Amino acid sequence: MSGVRLLVGTRKGAFVLTSDAKREKWKVDGPHFAGWEIYHVKGSQADPNRLYASQTSAWFGQIIQRSNDGGKTWETPGSSAEELKGPEGMQKGESNKFVYDGVPGTHMWYDGTQHPWEFKRVWHVEPSLDNPDHVYAGVEDAALFESKDGGTSWQELSGLRKHDTGPKWQPGAGGMCLHSILLDPKDRQRMFIAISAAGAFRTDDGGKTWKPINQGLHSQYIPDPKAEVGHCVHHIAMHPKRPKTLFMQKHWDIMRSDDAGDSWREVSGNLPSDFGFPIDIHAHEPDTIYVVPIKSDSEHFPPDGKLRVYRSRSGGNEWEELTKGLPQKDCYVNVLRDAMTVDSLDSCGVYFGTTGGQVYGSSDAGDSWNAIVRDLPAVLSVEAQTLP
Amino acid sequence: MIRVVLPHHLRTLARVGDEVHVDLNGSATVHAVLDALEAKYPMLRGTMRDHETQKRRPLVRFFACGEDISHEPPDSPLPDAIANGSEPFFVMGAIAGG
Repeated sequence: MSGVRLLVGTRKGAFVLTSDAKREKWKVDGPHFAGWEIYHVKGSQADPNRLYASQTSAWFGQIIQRSNDGGKTWETPGSSAEELKGPEGMQKGESNKFVYDGVPGTHMWYDGTQHPWEFKRVWHVEPSLDNPDHVYAGVEDAALFESKDGGTSWQELSGLRKHDTGPKWQPGAGGMCLHSILLDPKDRQRMFIAISAAGAFRTDDGGKTWKPINQGLHSQYIPDPKAEVGHCVHHIAMHPKRPKTLFMQKHWDIMRSDDAGDSWREVSGNLPSDFGFPIDIHAHEPDTIYVVPIKSDSEHFPPDGKLRVYRSRSGGNEWEELTKGLPQKDCYVNVLRDAMTVDSLDSCGVYFGTTGGQVYGSSDAGDSWNAIVRDLPAVLSVEAQTLP
Repeated sequence: MIRVVLPHHLRTLARVGDEVHVDLNGSATVHAVLDALEAKYPMLRGTMRDHETQKRRPLVRFFACGEDISHEPPDSPLPDAIANGSEPFFVMGAIAGG
């Protein structure tokens, strides 16, 4: 019987939530890696039991964890006894070694001065579409890394960071993070990424060269509101059946592109606030999109203390509020950029986690919601896997 | 044999108990102890010192016989009590805030 597995990263560990296709009763497994920040957990489409997790700590740095059994057990890639039997008997343990290619150079700091690129953590892991051992990692300070050996070792796709505009990239309030990685299923050489606060970029040659795709973005808080780079993009989303159409939650503004990012137009429409972090797309309806409006960039909680998901069935501009089952008073949580996801069952499930530790789920495309769990640590990310 | 006490998060990462033991080939120094620890528990690589520069991570501290030796040169000899195993070598996460 089919089912859903939710991979939840929190400030204090990872949790795996599972249900059958009815999505009424959930089993909560965790915490895995208790006490560590888990920025992101994601499974491979090629092998749903292959998961990758980004585990971090201000004290002890970055760890990559890998599971081959859907999150029941985990290992740091390259640390098993078999993998350590190298020709020289050398022990590697390099699954957390993220070293920039060449001289890292500098980017713009908050005060406008140049600042050296320094690796801090992995924000997002993105397994490739067809090989469970091939995985990408988006990191802070912004760069894209790739592993072709199941996370055992990592190499930077440095054409991105070395783009001419790199010295103009600047950290957002959360750091200069590469948080979104979209792989085009129709063109395996094409990939989209987004960086806060540089903007969105596209490669058409498998990551060798990159093009800023920010035309049409307007950010009043930067010196040149229409600059080529410098925009605080919070998240981007793509439906796999229509990969030239992208949706973006920018710091302010919901944006849409129908030409693979070459140009954007605003589709914020009647939202009560066009600030927010996540944006996602219905699994079967490429024009049905979801956002969670947040009051402002200084307050980071829902308008009027009401937690509302907004859904557009027209690809933007016209939005309906979805409130059934969500708290409609005294709610002051946030929903972070990687904390919304959808499953692909016939009736599309939509899920999101909050900084208050709730994970909400809807099995009817957002019409009604239930709290799957209420008291986890602050939720950083949620990813859904639809299981056969 | 060197006795080493790791901080909680590194114990869970390496899946070890309160104290681990490592053997050194040469003299007992911080550098040698960390080399031996990372060889025995490769998942600890990069968590106490940088992969490339070998520089101690800012919020990691090393203690020997009640003394903070974090700023000592990593090739300085450790006290005899650490070298002969009568006292453990401590790796600690710095405590910041309340």
